[in-house]
Amino acid sequence: MAAEESYPDDIRYHREHDWARIEGDEAVLGITWYAQDALGELVHYEPPEQGATVSRGTPYGEVESVKAVSDVIAPISGEVLEVNQAVVDAPETVNEDPYGNGWLIRIRLSDPAEAEQLLDAAAYREVLAEQ
Amino acid sequence: MTYVCLTDADREEMLATIGVSSVEELFRDIPEGVRLKRELDLDDPLSELEIVQRLERLAARNVPAGEEISFLGAGVYDHYVPAIVDAILERGEFLTAYTPYQPELSQGVLQALFEYQTVICELTGMDVSNASGYDGTTVAADACYIAKHATGRSKVVLAESLNPQVRQVVRTYAPGFGLEVVDVPHREGVTDPEELRAAAEGAAAVIFQQPNFFGCLEPAPELAAAANDAGALPVAHVDPVSLGVLEAPGAYGCAIAIGEGQGAGNPLAFGGPHYGFIAAREEFTRRMPGRIVGETTDVDGNRGYVLTLQTREQHIRREKATSNITTNQTLLALGGLIHLCWLGPQGLRELGETCMSLAEHTKDRLGLQPVFPERTTFKEFAVRIGRPAVEAIRAARTRGVHPGYPLGRDYEGMDDVLLVAVTEKRTLDEIEALAGALAA
Amino acid sequence: MKLIFERSREGRRAATVPRPDGLARAEAPQELRRRRPPRLPEIPENEIVRHFTKLTTRNFGIDTGFYPLGSCTMKYNPRVNERVAALPGFRDLHPLQDEEGSQGALELMVELQEILAEVTGLDAVSLQPAAGSQGELTGLMLMRAYFADRGEGDRRRKIVVADTAHGTNPASVTMAGYELVKVDTDKRGNIDLDDLRAKVDDETAGLMLTNPSTLGLFDEHIEEIARIFHESGGLLYYDGANLNAVCGISRPGDMGFDIVHINLHKTFSQPHGGGGPGGGPIAVRRRLEPYLPVPAVVRDGRRYRLEFDRPKSIGKVRAFTGPFGVFVRSYAFILAWGRELKTMSEDAVLNANYLLARLRDAYELPYDRLCMHEFVLSARNLKREHGITALDVAKRLMDYDFHPPTIYFPLVVPEALMIEPTETETKETLDEFADAMTAIAREAAEDPDVIKSAPHNRPVKRLDEVKAAKRAVVRYRFEDHPDLAAEPTASAATEAPKGV
Repeated sequence: MAAEESYPDDIRYHREHDWARIEGDEAVLGITWYAQDALGELVHYEPPEQGATVSRGTPYGEVESVKAVSDVIAPISGEVLEVNQAVVDAPETVNEDPYGNGWLIRIRLSDPAEAEQLLDAAAYREVLAEQ
Repeated sequence: MTYVCLTDADREEMLATIGVSSVEELFRDIPEGVRLKRELDLDDPLSELEIVQRLERLAARNVPAGEEISFLGAGVYDHYVPAIVDAILERGEFLTAYTPYQPELSQGVLQALFEYQTVICELTGMDVSNASGYDGTTVAADACYIAKHATGRSKVVLAESLNPQVRQVVRTYAPGFGLEVVDVPHREGVTDPEELRAAAEGAAAVIFQQPNFFGCLEPAPELAAAANDAGALPVAHVDPVSLGVLEAPGAYGCAIAIGEGQGAGNPLAFGGPHYGFIAAREEFTRRMPGRIVGETTDVDGNRGYVLTLQTREQHIRREKATSNITTNQTLLALGGLIHLCWLGPQGLRELGETCMSLAEHTKDRLGLQPVFPERTTFKEFAVRIGRPAVEAIRAARTRGVHPGYPLGRDYEGMDDVLLVAVTEKRTLDEIEALAGALAA
Repeated sequence: MKLIFERSREGRRAATVPRPDGLARAEAPQELRRRRPPRLPEIPENEIVRHFTKLTTRNFGIDTGFYPLGSCTMKYNPRVNERVAALPGFRDLHPLQDEEGSQGALELMVELQEILAEVTGLDAVSLQPAAGSQGELTGLMLMRAYFADRGEGDRRRKIVVADTAHGTNPASVTMAGYELVKVDTDKRGNIDLDDLRAKVDDETAGLMLTNPSTLGLFDEHIEEIARIFHESGGLLYYDGANLNAVCGISRPGDMGFDIVHINLHKTFSQPHGGGGPGGGPIAVRRRLEPYLPVPAVVRDGRRYRLEFDRPKSIGKVRAFTGPFGVFVRSYAFILAWGRELKTMSEDAVLNANYLLARLRDAYELPYDRLCMHEFVLSARNLKREHGITALDVAKRLMDYDFHPPTIYFPLVVPEALMIEPTETETKETLDEFADAMTAIAREAAEDPDVIKSAPHNRPVKRLDEVKAAKRAVVRYRFEDHPDLAAEPTASAATEAPKGV
């Protein structure tokens, strides 16, 4: 059961359809409603290892549906503190709740200033309009 | 002309519907500069009868097993393939179908491949098999690719007693994969686990063969343990016909099992088409190359089969695919499935025992010097014949016997060695004929 | 329908393995012996035949009906080819037989090599690769060897591939250790020359291209494309998947390609076998010949032999000389056409254009040109107006007793339907197919539910592919079926009766 389309205002976005919720010197990362809709029901999530480094603009893992594989891109850099095991066990959680229970990793930010380069919801909606 | 389906009247009507005046006009987008301006330099078309006559003339200039008593093995074997294999594989619904991308129309092939995958897993003691690879050599390259990505290491170790063509194919693929390839020499016909362990430091995989190219039984559990100790994936290259009497690689610590399937279900056919098999432990499922069939249900809850985990494959993952393989060896793998079902567990065991016993009997009757007297062999063994093997072969063939493969082609210091293969098709009289042909 | 394992009953068997009386029994050492028998089915022969026969009733082949899978060339597989491949002189010939004992096989291979050189307009051929994908990989390995030999190997790291390319092309590029550079297709369906010029430089090893492309369109600028690559010192690789369109009309060598693979299971009628076998021989320009796999099969006066002494060869991509049984069938097929092979391609192109003309109104046509042997339609209009997708059209076609065309490929066309009729179809069959496709387009407006719930007449309805991917069940789980999980008892089979 996929969620309704939404792009919350309290998070920031990357044009490759990934989001980041900044919480002090940490952030939670995931993929947007648009991404899960394009892929279809997810069947697999390949996460990074805890302790790994993720870099802004580069892939840190993969999500798969039956018909497609997609890199998940880190909107912002840091060190992986936690992987969402619930999504590893039930990847469809991302389709049901892409911004809540469908979070993918939690990181400690290595360069908080990077957050300024992220898009807000309005700017991301403009990106979507171009698709 | 034979396969034409259109009459001139048809062509007229069709051209009119398209809105062009000639067939020639359909090709107007092709630039003049690249057009062929003459006829192809080929012969006149032949009728079916003439085709058969031509091919019969060519076939008559070959000497197949059946026209001589053959003890040739060295990777492909003259085993008995039962009549039902052809009867089933000839059916157009299997023979002329393609890849089962539309599962509702292809439950026949999909279920058969699911059964094939099951049988391969049973024989090898593994959790996942693909729906076939090209042959027993390319699956070794596949195993190296899996190991490289699974371990992050860039070296593979090959036993020297592994089939030379398998090693050569791995070496051909290695540069593109970014892999270094190292050989471990055989010691009196088998591989030494200590030497293997040392060589496997920092390696992604170790590949050994059981029984090996000389027909000898390797200390396979110790080789697998040696690889595991070094953090390398143990890969066993095995003979399906032996797996009724020899232990499954999955039972002694291997990560991947590969092999040439030909001996189960395919004719010799001058080297192909045959099928390679590759099976692995569950943790490598998503790294497996090629097609995999999975079980599922339809909207009414009926059991059915589909190609699954397709995101590994080239048509989805493209440059990040686990392999570029598309067309595989399905029909040949189905031949293997039918043959193995026909044998059943008892038949497969008896087949292995009979080959092994006949080979021992042959050794006795030949009275020649085994190259590796301390080693137990399966259905092949190496003997020294006291003169160049190629000469002995030529002489024996004048007496209607092909005595075996000249190992000196692949190994130093073995120009006087014959590799003799004995399958269940060899009778006691034929073995006497071999003894006679070599004694002469 | 039961799986064959579910038909197994302890103590049944089909085979008898003959064993001479009094033969001493040899055994493997204890530590190497199989402890538990494999759970192969225990089943009599007639049950095996019934099982597989029943499976064939659940499968659709070219022999069953029209099978217009784009870029697969599902043409009729002549039965005479099966007869000649089964001649004992071919079928029972060991690949390591002496050369004197395999002259017929070697001659057939040399003749086939010469035919393929003529058809492609190139100089030297290796029949070794097992399928098209392997031919591609071999071709890229040849490029590596060629440039390494010229001291340019480190510099030339990139291969250019069209965005319409079949997925095997980029996968082969990666396996060969090259970097992929994608080039766009323009609105007319040709490679975008401006984009191409920007992407080709002295780090480019070469191009991989199918011509006609997967859109079924002949690239009108092929001569310029060849010039761009050759001027920068690169090579051109031709993916032969679509060769059925141009035999005797335009040869890849004359188009400027240096390396070509041919799909024997497409153009030259090797049966597809449910997914394989195939054959992927490669043809090359003379200057690339030294790098071809070993052994080469050569004519030496009036004899034929294998030549292993090729110091610059890339090595070996497959055992022995390749899938010989496939060569026999393709050779027989080519003998049937001879120099009239051009008619094969002309009829293939005529059939495709006829279907295109009959379907262009009911569906969207992304590229308004004459096509070659195949064409691509889009079902985007049906999706937009009625919510019917290409997938839905494919499933409904099954109710009309047709195999669907390829769907969702090439990627540049949304809701793509790639249709390749081949030359071995009558006008009546094409009309029936066009009528069905038109009817479905009408149903999309009038009765979309009948499409959405299709297929109706098959052994299964639409299958849950998500479930298959999530919890992959890829073998029969004996452990979940306790009555069949017990091992067949080795002791229950005493010595089998001696073979008759």
